[in-house]
Amino acid sequence: MTEQSNWLAACRVEDAIENGGVCVKHGEDQIALFYFTRRNEWYATQNECPHKKQMALSRGMIGSTTDEPKVACPFHKKTFSLSTGECLSGDECAIKTYPVKIENGTVYIGTTPKS
Amino acid sequence: MKEPQIIVIGNGMVGYKFCEKLRSKTSSFNLIVFGEEPRRAYDRVHLSEYFNGKTADDLSLSTENWYQEQNITLFLNNPIVKIDRELQKVYTAIGLDYHYDILVFATGSGAFVPNIPGIEKEGVFVYRTIEDLDLISGYAKKAKTASVIGGGLLGLEAAKALIDLGIERTSIIEFAPRLMPRQIDTAGSDMLKSKLADLGLQIHLNKNTTSIEGDGRITALKFSDDTALDVDMLVISAGIKPRDELAKACGIEVGPRGGIVVDQKMQTNDPAIFAIGECALYDGMIYGLIAPGYEMAEVLATNLCEGDKTFTGFDMSTKLKLIGIDVASFGDNFITEPDCRTIIFENKHKGVYKRINVSNDGQYLLGGILIGDATAYNLLLQTSNNRIVLPENPEELILGARGGSEPAGGAGITGLPDGALICSCEGVSKGDICSAVADGSCENIDDLKKCTKAGTGCGGCLPMVKDLMTYTLKSQGKYIKNVICEHFNYSRQELFDLIHIHELKSYDEVLDALGKNDGCEVCKPLVSSLLASLWNEMILKKGNDVAQDSNDRFLANIQKGGSYSVVPRVPGGEITPDKLIVIGEVAKKYNLYTKITGGQRIDLFGAHLNDLPIIWEELIAAGFESGHAYGKGLRTVKSCVGSTWCRFGLHDSVSFAIRIEERYRGIRAPHKFKSAVSGCIRECAEAQSKDFGIIATEKGWNLYVCGNGGSKPQHALLLATDLDSETCIKYIDRFLMFYIRTADPLTRTATWLNKMEGGIDYLRNVIINDSLGMAAQWENEIENLIASYKCEWKEAVENPAIRKRFSHFVNAPEDKDPTIEFVEMRGQKRTAEWKTV
Repeated sequence: MTEQSNWLAACRVEDAIENGGVCVKHGEDQIALFYFTRRNEWYATQNECPHKKQMALSRGMIGSTTDEPKVACPFHKKTFSLSTGECLSGDECAIKTYPVKIENGTVYIGTTPKS
Repeated sequence: MKEPQIIVIGNGMVGYKFCEKLRSKTSSFNLIVFGEEPRRAYDRVHLSEYFNGKTADDLSLSTENWYQEQNITLFLNNPIVKIDRELQKVYTAIGLDYHYDILVFATGSGAFVPNIPGIEKEGVFVYRTIEDLDLISGYAKKAKTASVIGGGLLGLEAAKALIDLGIERTSIIEFAPRLMPRQIDTAGSDMLKSKLADLGLQIHLNKNTTSIEGDGRITALKFSDDTALDVDMLVISAGIKPRDELAKACGIEVGPRGGIVVDQKMQTNDPAIFAIGECALYDGMIYGLIAPGYEMAEVLATNLCEGDKTFTGFDMSTKLKLIGIDVASFGDNFITEPDCRTIIFENKHKGVYKRINVSNDGQYLLGGILIGDATAYNLLLQTSNNRIVLPENPEELILGARGGSEPAGGAGITGLPDGALICSCEGVSKGDICSAVADGSCENIDDLKKCTKAGTGCGGCLPMVKDLMTYTLKSQGKYIKNVICEHFNYSRQELFDLIHIHELKSYDEVLDALGKNDGCEVCKPLVSSLLASLWNEMILKKGNDVAQDSNDRFLANIQKGGSYSVVPRVPGGEITPDKLIVIGEVAKKYNLYTKITGGQRIDLFGAHLNDLPIIWEELIAAGFESGHAYGKGLRTVKSCVGSTWCRFGLHDSVSFAIRIEERYRGIRAPHKFKSAVSGCIRECAEAQSKDFGIIATEKGWNLYVCGNGGSKPQHALLLATDLDSETCIKYIDRFLMFYIRTADPLTRTATWLNKMEGGIDYLRNVIINDSLGMAAQWENEIENLIASYKCEWKEAVENPAIRKRFSHFVNAPEDKDPTIEFVEMRGQKRTAEWKTV
């Protein structure tokens, strides 16, 4: 992972949606933030689904396949790994993922992508 | 050692397919492709869909990174202008040169443009590339009349495109005495012509265009019979011309009428040079279809990898849909008596013409032509290609078995030999498909497409591929237990009962008690639907919101671009002027696009997520409620105006429709369901196309069930006759609960009935005679659902925690999604097209 120097204070933990996603505004960019309560894990990815370029991933359902955490785009149900960004629906396109940390009840997203 | 270098000239469908096939066999060879068009290879067969909303990206055959990943160097916009065979080099337009060890021509063909005086005028186009289409659509905006020269396959496609572009008068000019002269006979052409005329196309046969008139810009056509036709634009589609000019210039042998001469190995007279696709001339013939082009690519790729394949000609059978009309020809379509016996069926009323040519001994099918109805095409083609002995009455092949209710197709498929070629584009046989299913690697059509490639070309064989899959699964005695997904080892029906017994109320409870791991986008909405069908609680409560499909999660339908649509319920389609005004005012205030739906209500499109609660607040204040257009549940109950106004009406269909709609509103089911009530047998409400439909009779109501519109229309079947209103409702109660409890996920009532053993007779026995002894329980259950109905939107806007979810940004709740774009169309907004790369 690259060294993070830019941490964006995204929201309070209680503003995030349990087992779902919210969209975080970062300048002109949009980042999807997922609170996978069931696994006690946080993930952040680009909000745009690369399939049809829709700002929608934060509204997608999350879940897992075998043990891989994933999100399904609400438009055409393309699924992406939350940990690596890889498309799990057999397509070529991958999404960017970002590191997340929690400090004093605030959720921070590292704005340099992991992948 | 350096890898040998292959250069492919041309990046069309066949050039692409060659690369794909070669790379699937070997990663050796340096592979370089030169294309003169500005974009990656795209699907030219479905080019006209470009006018129906498909984008260049949709038509593309590969993803952006494909060439790179396959280690293929692709040059676009980069035509080769010269070849030096001595030095084995190709030269690009800007003077760069590249060495080849093997050179492949996949240059395809261009439009053949006849030498008519005036052909250079503005407003004259060819129909070949996406760029041509862009030019045509640009010019069509100011044209009222248009002609197409050429009544062949491509010409008719072009005419369709012009109609789609909104040209008021489009005509086709054909030199020959009939349309599609290569595929169909005169009688078939007559039938096609009359069907096309019904669609507003003028057809001129036996017309030889002698000049194109106009001062710089086309205004008219003149013909050899001294007639003329005023036109604003012209599309030339008079055939194809192989792109052999490069080959010819470097001394490779070409045919007298064009085409690079190749042998069975696709080799030209220079052993290092090959040609495939529409630029290649094999045995005096250009193969202007996609399937033989792919076969040539396969032959060459195999031989380059030290395999041994030959091309020995190709079946030119073809089936297509032209402007919604089936046209097909197969085998020896033009053979006539006395060399065969023909059987002809013609129905001018329905516009159907079918001809089959049978061997004189009556044993074999030689070929045929189908116009207007080509459903039998696949089976006929297989019967002909595989020399299957014909039944005693071969006319049944085109007439269908009459009287019996057994659907055609099944028996035919099982009779085919394993070698029968099902998908001719990709060369997939029946054996390939059946063994892929039998060895367990494919149990659904998507897997099958991925693993065998069958059905990925023109798609015409897909119905047969599906049938083969089903038959193979069944013949293995496979009990296809519809396990929901990896997280639940149950069918929907089992899960329904388990949730009921354990009284589980949220998705997490269900997952903890009955499933494993974290769930996914398949089981979440399914469980949510079951919870709603069982308990009818507000679907966004108890953390269930994140387990809802996007539409249910935001109680609105997500539309292209990311905005949502709003559909208030209008029971029975009856609405007061005041309420109409409210809808209009709300639409104006929030700048929404409005459209009347097929279900007699009004859809308001283009709402930002942030605006949904305030829009609904205003609608609810005016007396509206959610229309559940986003949910898998009751949509609308359509009605005709009935006896209150109509001079034919027997009963008050509107009142009954409102009663039914208000009774079942909000009830969640395995899929959406629709209903209608007609006030008399004229059936203006189209009740027989609904999941349940009611038609007034002199004595009461007739109840029909399990109808469906959509992609596979099916008439509803009569369940019971002359019912009084109370009995009618009682039967619907039972019917709906039986459906809700037992149907597979996302299965409409029509499909549910089709899969039910015993069919409508069994269903009737369950509903009317209570053969399962469930009627009382079901009636009780549905009463509970009806009693617990609440408008979801009312609850949502009144609950601050839920309302908070309707904002796009968690860290800027007032901001709307800035990426949503609208454009103007006919005085309203519409969503911008999918953004392409």
